[in-house]
Amino acid sequence: MILIEDLSLAHGGTPILRDINLTIDRGGIVALVGPNGAGKSSLLSLIARLRPLQTGRVVIDGLPVTTTPGPELARRMAILRQDGVFAGRLTVRELVGLGRFPHSQGRSTPQDRARVEEALAQFGVADLAERFLETLSGGQRQRALVAMTFCQGTDYLLLDEPLNNLDMFHARHLMQSLRRMADEEERTAIIVLHDINQAAAYADRIIAMRDGRVVADGTPQDVLTPDTLAEIFGYRMQVTQIGGKPLVLHHL
Amino acid sequence: MHKRRLVLLAVLAVFSVAAFLTLGLRGNLAFVLQIRAVKLLALVQVAVSVALSTVLFQTVTANRILTPSIMGLDALYLFGQALLVFLLGGLGYAAIGGGWKFAAEVLIMIALAAVLLRPLLTARLDMSLLLLTGVTIGLLFRSLSQLLFRLLDPNAFAVVQAASFANFNALRADLTIIGSVVTFAAASLCWHQRYRLDVVALGREAAIGLGIDWLRTAALLLLIVALLVAVSTALVGPVAFFGLLVAALAERILGTRRHAVLLPAAALVAIILLVGGQAIFQHLLGSTSTLGVVIEFAGGIAFLLLLYLGSRT
Repeated sequence: MILIEDLSLAHGGTPILRDINLTIDRGGIVALVGPNGAGKSSLLSLIARLRPLQTGRVVIDGLPVTTTPGPELARRMAILRQDGVFAGRLTVRELVGLGRFPHSQGRSTPQDRARVEEALAQFGVADLAERFLETLSGGQRQRALVAMTFCQGTDYLLLDEPLNNLDMFHARHLMQSLRRMADEEERTAIIVLHDINQAAAYADRIIAMRDGRVVADGTPQDVLTPDTLAEIFGYRMQVTQIGGKPLVLHHL
Repeated sequence: MHKRRLVLLAVLAVFSVAAFLTLGLRGNLAFVLQIRAVKLLALVQVAVSVALSTVLFQTVTANRILTPSIMGLDALYLFGQALLVFLLGGLGYAAIGGGWKFAAEVLIMIALAAVLLRPLLTARLDMSLLLLTGVTIGLLFRSLSQLLFRLLDPNAFAVVQAASFANFNALRADLTIIGSVVTFAAASLCWHQRYRLDVVALGREAAIGLGIDWLRTAALLLLIVALLVAVSTALVGPVAFFGLLVAALAERILGTRRHAVLLPAAALVAIILLVGGQAIFQHLLGSTSTLGVVIEFAGGIAFLLLLYLGSRT
């Protein structure tokens, strides 16, 4: 369980997050949605201790992020950021293998190597395994990074716009993988999404943010209504139902 | 593949060492060999410390164009030296022992570096900003050293001037032992941490995500870098592009940035270039002062190439 209490953040006097209180249970997909500058990425990086907390508390499975040793947290929570990593002469297999670092400290066991091969295959980068990251396209690199994050094998995955650069096939594939992971292994993904219909189709819970506040929180059916959407994004859009899931016609 | 190439580099390094020791031997063998052995130790140690400090620095900054000397770290060390001479006077400076001098210079340098490099630890800085900062810091401290030189009396000036240029012939033998201890300690620490370094190289955020205590790790690594730069600068003076050349060559030859391979490779390449080069220049060509120039020239070209290649991707 992730517990977020009274979390606020300001940057140079400008408030970015105001008084966030959330409880995220284990198992399931939680989508963070909202307009640009709503504070979604900031919230994610505070949970992942990439930034120091200013006020409030974040607790992962009873462990406060500020005082728990890094390796301990890294075995429970993995994060994928938008801006990626320094991609020098590192092959895809080496990169994905680094995802096992919190478990093996670099001395990889046969079990670690099996997990790496599994992740490579799962995200369709097995045939790129020996390629250097710097030679890959944006989408291929994104898949390699997602594979590394999965390979970390944590109960909680924090993904900041993981669908960036991905084509429709791979975007759908990633969402399905997350769904399977949530259903079969009771793991949790917290994922910043801009494609509201991906959230509608795959998420169990949608948390909508605007101006550093949580403005809506509930199942896709609850949140994705014309009124609530107008409150979040500032314009009205039609919502229909297809196969029991809401479909937002946000582009019309 | 990596293993074979590493072995090849090791063979070349041993060959360079042998050439340095045996080429053009004349006179009292025991005497000449002893002198050469001391010099060899100093050269090897400079090579290893420059290679390690550059690779570590590139790892912490997640940037393979930066080197400690481009960021002006050796200028900091030289400034510390000038400051010490200025405070103690030429005679006072000459009177204290080599070890104490070195310790004081290193302390001044680390104090300055701690203040100047702090932003590197906490924020992700843009590459051009970093380069600009480095050039500015280097310039500032070189100018400050110049200012101190002007304030010195000529005798004291002669003492520091000798130390301010790269010179692979006039090695300071008194510091070789201290330097070797520091370099050996740093090298074994790096080797012990080689897998962790791979994670650090991913950059701050990814490293924290994988459980690295970033502030502590990066501060420790920068401290080691500062020590290594101090060691090599104390022995031969500032070398601007040698580290860059070595790190870039090692990465090209081995085709990986994994530290388990890159660290030994960079050290070996540095030994080959420095010891082998010195053997050729000193014993075959007879001209003794040009190795520094040749290495800096090649390194400068490597720097430009990296900048050019980097700007295309």
